[in-house]
Amino acid sequence: MIPAAFDYKRASSAAEAISLVAQYGDEAKFLAGGHSLIPLMKLRLAQPAMLIDIGRIKDLSYIKDGGDFVAIGALTRHMDVEKSALVLKEIPLLAHAASHVGDAQVRHRGTIGGSLAHADSASDLPATTLALGATYVAQGPNGERLIAAADFYKGFLESALQPDEMLTEIRVPKMNGAKWGFEKFNRRAQDWAIVGVAAWRSKDASGVALVNMGSTPILATSVSEALKSGASVADAAEQAAAEAEPQDDLNASSEYRVHLAKVLVRRALEKASA
Amino acid sequence: MKVSIVVNGTKQEKDVEPRTLLVHLLRDQLQLTGTNIGCDTSSCGACTVHLDGEAVKSCTLLAVQADGGTVTTIEGLSKDGVMHPMQQAFMENHGLQCGYCTPGMVMASIGLLNENPNPTEEEVRLGLEGNLCRCTGYHNIVKSVLAAAKAK
Repeated sequence: MIPAAFDYKRASSAAEAISLVAQYGDEAKFLAGGHSLIPLMKLRLAQPAMLIDIGRIKDLSYIKDGGDFVAIGALTRHMDVEKSALVLKEIPLLAHAASHVGDAQVRHRGTIGGSLAHADSASDLPATTLALGATYVAQGPNGERLIAAADFYKGFLESALQPDEMLTEIRVPKMNGAKWGFEKFNRRAQDWAIVGVAAWRSKDASGVALVNMGSTPILATSVSEALKSGASVADAAEQAAAEAEPQDDLNASSEYRVHLAKVLVRRALEKASA
Repeated sequence: MKVSIVVNGTKQEKDVEPRTLLVHLLRDQLQLTGTNIGCDTSSCGACTVHLDGEAVKSCTLLAVQADGGTVTTIEGLSKDGVMHPMQQAFMENHGLQCGYCTPGMVMASIGLLNENPNPTEEEVRLGLEGNLCRCTGYHNIVKSVLAAAKAK
């Protein structure tokens, strides 16, 4: 399978990428690692007329200590997130989730910013960064703006990014030793989750988000509220799908997804409470 | 668009359409047909090659993305007619049946040992999750990788 023909430009900085996208408008798509976009283009589900290759912008690949948070450049590859000593120490849930994206070959190329901007509710990192209360930095013609992960996901493969904006950095709050659990239920090793759960819990707070339980990643706030009001893990997990409207597909019915979400949230919270 | 890629030690300068996939450049323009196309949807790993020393799926990479890089394919492994230790280990441990997944398996396995020189059996199985063998001959493939690690 070969993608439909397109024109190709290479950007060497974020500023150049933004000026190129302003020039080509809706016709253009950014290409980072390409591991979400190229498969769609091969299936002709996406046919951009112009690809702006941002994959060589080296100064957007970094992992830095920002004090209360860890700042990750949008073009940092999954493999680098997974193996980063800083991420392993301060946000172990994110390192673990990154290690479950695709397979080794995919993680050598795919980037955290590309995965988030693609805004696929079946991907692991949108839900994981949502559970962790991350903030995304977008750069556009009028400068930078911050978007909370909770405000970022608007619909199926749709984010709050404007067509002339580019995701440049992901700021993930440090977990400060909070315990966590990550559950990915799938039938084959490298598949997307049929349902996935990213969860963490500290003494007085928690965050739980669901993978593939609707058109966007879902923050399971009812679970956190139940835990806060003193409910047991098993009782809180019964609220897992309160915010979700999961779809039917080849792999699972909506009802089965609701069942899976409750079981997987319980398992993830048991690990986060051990 | 002109691309310049070092493939198996030789600098190759080719004119490609931006939509040309790396695997098609390798197979159709350079006649390096050892790299197979299997699922063509970045699942099966038959198309695995090394780009700048790391295992990647060449069906999910544009040739223009590899421009300026160094690519190694299965044809680039043997030296002076002597097989690479991983190829030798696959032969000795019968790590193949029909052979279709083998080039990708060998490239992914070398990549795995580059990153983790002494893996456990479980780490080998997990590390090769991106490569499918439809003969389901995984057991001897894992044995081959462990033998190659030991022989190092």
